[in-house]
Amino acid sequence: MARLNVNPTRMELRRLKTRLKTAVRGHKLLKDKSDETIRQFMVYIKENKRLREEIEEKLSAALRSFLLAGSVMTSQVLEEAVAMPAFTLELQTGKANIMSVEVPTIQVKEGEKTDLYPYSFASVSAELDGSIATLSDLIADLVHLAEVEKTCNMLADEIEKNRRRVNALEYVMIPQLTETIKYITMKLDENERSNTIRLMKVKSIIQNEQ
Amino acid sequence: MLNNKIAVIGDKDSILAFKAVGCDVFSVKDKQDAEETIKKLARNYAILLISEDICKQAEEIINRYKTRPFPAIIPIPTASGGTGYGMAGIGKNVEKAIGTDILDKK
Repeated sequence: MARLNVNPTRMELRRLKTRLKTAVRGHKLLKDKSDETIRQFMVYIKENKRLREEIEEKLSAALRSFLLAGSVMTSQVLEEAVAMPAFTLELQTGKANIMSVEVPTIQVKEGEKTDLYPYSFASVSAELDGSIATLSDLIADLVHLAEVEKTCNMLADEIEKNRRRVNALEYVMIPQLTETIKYITMKLDENERSNTIRLMKVKSIIQNEQ
Repeated sequence: MLNNKIAVIGDKDSILAFKAVGCDVFSVKDKQDAEETIKKLARNYAILLISEDICKQAEEIINRYKTRPFPAIIPIPTASGGTGYGMAGIGKNVEKAIGTDILDKK
């Protein structure tokens, strides 16, 4: 491991020792953070998997029945039937903080639920009613899935970033600092010894002259 | 700004149903069209539901929004059934975070 390019002085040694202390502490904290983020991530990802399996199944069924419903009507009638929805879906959005990652929170805003079906029953088939009913039940789940999946995305990204930081500290910063500190200590000791020897030498020369 | 609504992007047949439940639907024809629509809608909507085949085409654009809180872009299956694209996305997330897809083995 390459040591840092610094002067081997006492001041530098003191500075590096503080830096090493900070690095070790930072490494420990980041490692703890990484453990906890991964734990949280596992909770969310399991939820995500479960929700997605459930929703994918239900949603394709609902869409299929919608398609079937469409096939017994002309496309104009179908389009006309859904063209003017009885209500627009409003969401309540916010931000939550999981391990200092800003994740979205999304809920369906409870508005006044007017009539679900925006068309008259006379012109459309019964399958359409069914598929729209299931779909409107599914929307709340879909919104929840969106929230969970986004959270997973962001946590995964944060975990990756955090792992880089931990690795950089563990395998680059800390070895570099320890190496440099060792180098400076040795250099200073060496200086000390040579100084002692010099003094001894001088003393003996003086004694010989007397 | 966010208008707290859901937008649905996909081919015309599979998204019409969402209109009845109060989402805004946008049908797209090709890749370029899809990318432009996503870019435009990302500024306003909180959730974008995009059908799996469109997701696959416009992956590059979608990846850009992965790290921001909004919008949440979610692939949904089409009427012809899911292609497993959404599940693959979950697997990818696990792989990114842990290093290997540990959910797949169960």
